[in-house]
Amino acid sequence: MEQGLIEYNPKKKKNRFLRHYQLFLLIVPALIFVFIFNYLPMYGIVIAFQDFSPVDDILSPNANWIGFANFTRFFNDYRFATLFKNTFLLCIYGFLVGFPLPIIVALLLNSLKSKKMSERLQTIFYAPHFISLVVLVGMLYLFFGEYGLVNNLLTYLNLNKYSFFLEPDAFRPLYILSSNWQDFGWSSIIYLAALSGVDPQLHEAAIMDGASRLKRILHIDLPAIFPTISVLLILSIGNLMSVGYEKVILMQTTANSSVSEIIATYVYKIGFVGSGEYGYATAIGLFNSVINVVLLIIANILARKFSNNSLW
Amino acid sequence: MAFRKNKQKTALRDTKGDKIFYIVNAFIMILLAIIVIYPMYFILIASISDPDAIFNGEVYLLPVNITFKGYERLFSDRLFWIGYRNTIIYVVVGTTLNILMTIPTGWALSRKELPGRKYIMWFFIITLFFGGGLIPFYLLVSKLGMVDSPLALIIPSALSVWNAFMTKAYYESNIPQELLEAAEIDGANEFKTFLSIIIPISKPIIAVMILFYAVGHWNSYFNALIFISSEEYYPLQLVLKDILIATEVIGGPAGDAATIIEQNKIANQIKYSSIIVSSLPIILLYPVIQKFFNKGILVGSFK
Repeated sequence: MEQGLIEYNPKKKKNRFLRHYQLFLLIVPALIFVFIFNYLPMYGIVIAFQDFSPVDDILSPNANWIGFANFTRFFNDYRFATLFKNTFLLCIYGFLVGFPLPIIVALLLNSLKSKKMSERLQTIFYAPHFISLVVLVGMLYLFFGEYGLVNNLLTYLNLNKYSFFLEPDAFRPLYILSSNWQDFGWSSIIYLAALSGVDPQLHEAAIMDGASRLKRILHIDLPAIFPTISVLLILSIGNLMSVGYEKVILMQTTANSSVSEIIATYVYKIGFVGSGEYGYATAIGLFNSVINVVLLIIANILARKFSNNSLW
Repeated sequence: MAFRKNKQKTALRDTKGDKIFYIVNAFIMILLAIIVIYPMYFILIASISDPDAIFNGEVYLLPVNITFKGYERLFSDRLFWIGYRNTIIYVVVGTTLNILMTIPTGWALSRKELPGRKYIMWFFIITLFFGGGLIPFYLLVSKLGMVDSPLALIIPSALSVWNAFMTKAYYESNIPQELLEAAEIDGANEFKTFLSIIIPISKPIIAVMILFYAVGHWNSYFNALIFISSEEYYPLQLVLKDILIATEVIGGPAGDAATIIEQNKIANQIKYSSIIVSSLPIILLYPVIQKFFNKGILVGSFK
């Protein structure tokens, strides 16, 4: 031991290398994990180009390679247009409501007179984030069901009862409003964090110049969170075609499936419900994620062109 | 604030317009808070109210004819208890593994000295935007022999790259460089620095990570839906799914309208109480969780 110490101390370079080597060791479990559970499935995408049967091995020598047949089959599927439209509309409406809402809430919370009140409200606004999807959708059924609170209110007001889960028209509003109810507060955290970094002197100077609170929101607070907004905008454009299908599956009924069937739930159905056409389902999923990557790249190029805030 | 109050009291007093703004703003925020709270509050009062009163639309602000029948029926459901027990096990084991994976990863990533840091970062970042998709993931997990095994709910979710990045960001802005230099001068190696210097001052980020992962395990249902078929291994959320969602479609060929309504009342009573019981740990922990918001730790780790 003693000899080791004497030997190591003068050789600082070797010592330093050893230290870094240990740092690398700390991250090895994560590298192995990500390789197995994120990269191996990417390799599994090859079955999108195969006529794959569930008993096959992913790269068995007798794999039946069929090129792009699974993709052309999907494009020619009579459901293709509907699935694409449903996915796109659900996402775009969700984005139009869900993107600005947390920004507005953060700006308003930040400009409350009492900081204590702002903190209390934040505690309330974050709470629904911790509710599980199963419970959230269960609550929707309870509130908007045949004998739920909302229909009770409608009866009380002498209006007709409305079957929210049987009417296709009600699906998107229910989905989007409940998602926003659950997450608007949580999503505002990141903007509140950015707002907490605004120099109070800016506000004091503006007050001296006679700027109203509303004007200060527009000319001080909003520009301060602009970089955060644009980074999140790029990210959400990259996710524009990926909806929370776990929630959609829970909300789907036979009656509303004409609007609630989206690409991701279709993948689930093709893969797990029925005959288990894994190759076809993988091809459909791949189509969806390629769209997302392309959107992300386009959004990033635009962001780099028109502002200084891009992801890479 | 102090500046405003003491020195410039007259010059900086709110204008009339600002006063109106503050009042309207507070009003909007309180309204929003009511919209957030009321549905949760309603579930609570409905779970202890008489089903007939709910059905007739008499329950809005306070429970009516308090009864615990829904809870009694729920507690006699064997599967609910199995689910509850399983979920507690999944949360404890899963979260422990998560922390063991996430904290060292976040720490190593936060260090500029990490060999190959740039490549490792890209290795992780790519997975945030692109993946193999549902079917290849399923095939992989089944290839590993985890189908219908509790391992399928723990191993494939052992690390969230987002959370590792949050940990990295926390360390980057909270560990002073001098501390590391001092450790280096003392001749401590990386393992020793990590274990005896970094871990003891990482309590806030470890707490936040435990919170995120534990809530994630408690709430997740989808992996169980595709991987677990034996009821013995069902997590709570899968049991809840059967209670809350599958029964909405009016079942049973027989029965007149009155029986259906009667069945509906009982079913709803169980639904209300199952929501409360399944959310109980989170409700009880919320005051503790909430401390993190106020301390700004959570906010800091989002930056």
